[in-house]
Amino acid sequence: MDIQTILDISLLTLLAVTAVILLRLQNLLAAVLLSGIYSLLSAALFVSLDAVDVAFTEAAVGAGLTTVLLLGAIAITGREQSVTRHSKLLPIAVTTVTAAALIYGTLDMPKFGDPMAPIHTYVAPRYIEMSGEEIGIPNIVTSVLASYRSYDTLGEVTVVFTAAIGVMLLLGGLRKPKNKEKNE
Amino acid sequence: MNKKRSLILREACNLIVPAVLLYALYVQFHGDYGPGGGFQAGVIFAAAIILYALVYGRKKTQKIFPASLVRYLISIGLLLYAGVGVASLFMGGNYLDYNVLAHNPQHGQHLGIFLIELGVGITVAAVMIMIFYMLDEYAD
Amino acid sequence: MFADYYNYWVAIILMMLGFYIVISDANLIKKIIGLSIFQTSVFILFISMSKVEGGTAPILAEGITTYSNPLPHVLILTAIVVSVATTALGLAIIARIYREYGTVDENIIHDQDEEDEDNNEATG
Repeated sequence: MDIQTILDISLLTLLAVTAVILLRLQNLLAAVLLSGIYSLLSAALFVSLDAVDVAFTEAAVGAGLTTVLLLGAIAITGREQSVTRHSKLLPIAVTTVTAAALIYGTLDMPKFGDPMAPIHTYVAPRYIEMSGEEIGIPNIVTSVLASYRSYDTLGEVTVVFTAAIGVMLLLGGLRKPKNKEKNE
Repeated sequence: MNKKRSLILREACNLIVPAVLLYALYVQFHGDYGPGGGFQAGVIFAAAIILYALVYGRKKTQKIFPASLVRYLISIGLLLYAGVGVASLFMGGNYLDYNVLAHNPQHGQHLGIFLIELGVGITVAAVMIMIFYMLDEYAD
Repeated sequence: MFADYYNYWVAIILMMLGFYIVISDANLIKKIIGLSIFQTSVFILFISMSKVEGGTAPILAEGITTYSNPLPHVLILTAIVVSVATTALGLAIIARIYREYGTVDENIIHDQDEEDEDNNEATG
């Protein structure tokens, strides 16, 4: 067991413990902060899995921005959960059945880290080999994101743009009556 | 609500915000040589502005980044991205084909990637700042 | 076999924990937090599939021959940004719901809706 596997296993265990604690929390402020910790731990896991660009984005977006947005929402709605409850039997049953089905599905997958897996043998070697000559920048993820697959990035920026317009439509319609009387 | 934050918060904010803004610019333009790029830089830039707004209040921040300016920036970033594609069409290639943008295909790729990452960074930063402004205004 | 599939199984367990929070918790903001846990665990599943044993981060450097697969990284980068966009939109909807109903508990909102329907039917 080398250091890489030990790091992997301990980070994944910490993630599972954080998620279980999040289940049981009643105070929303603590839940929001724990979700920030969850994002930071998963960013560390991504670094251990060699995905440095993804780790950067997850740390900035998940641990930074989503926490700020959730805190802004809690400022509007208040910190404590109310206490209406119903029976948890059906959710537990549905979750267990789905987990069993998914784990049965993963038994067919290639082993973790296998270099001969199908995902590594079709398009990816072409990108890795030709990216240096055709585009000439060292970061392969940026070259795939911005040049080989730039349509997808255009769609992604459009999604962010649409989210901004949606939020502006939902929350921006409040005009205080005093301003309107001043203008007219 | 004009109560001032404590001295420690204000001084810490004065130290941190310029460093974070500089780091956002570094991440934006060094996305080719290491991890980074438009999205990360936009989010880090917005995080610096949000920190300033949390410490000094939204009204003071809106003197530097008024909501109308942020609204323009959201559209300008996306227009820059799509505009690079249209420019490729005018130069004789396909849509978003960077090889035709300059005299040399590699230089064309560099120029195209630089411009679209700039567009992405501007849009993402403006969107995050705008969403924060909206949530803050709604909370009053 | 445990070490071969450990990453995938823990990713699925995290997915199910997030899913359980979404379907069982009554508070709307807790549901959004559960959704974000679900999304992050899906990312962990995909990035685990992209790792190549003995490879490094996909940044070209002298003397390195094996790189991890960059294609799932690109996909997950897009997915992370889309997830923050949907979270922001969901929180805006929750803020409006709070102003309308006075609460973010889904059972109380459901009861208020049924009361309003009964009142509308009674008054015609």
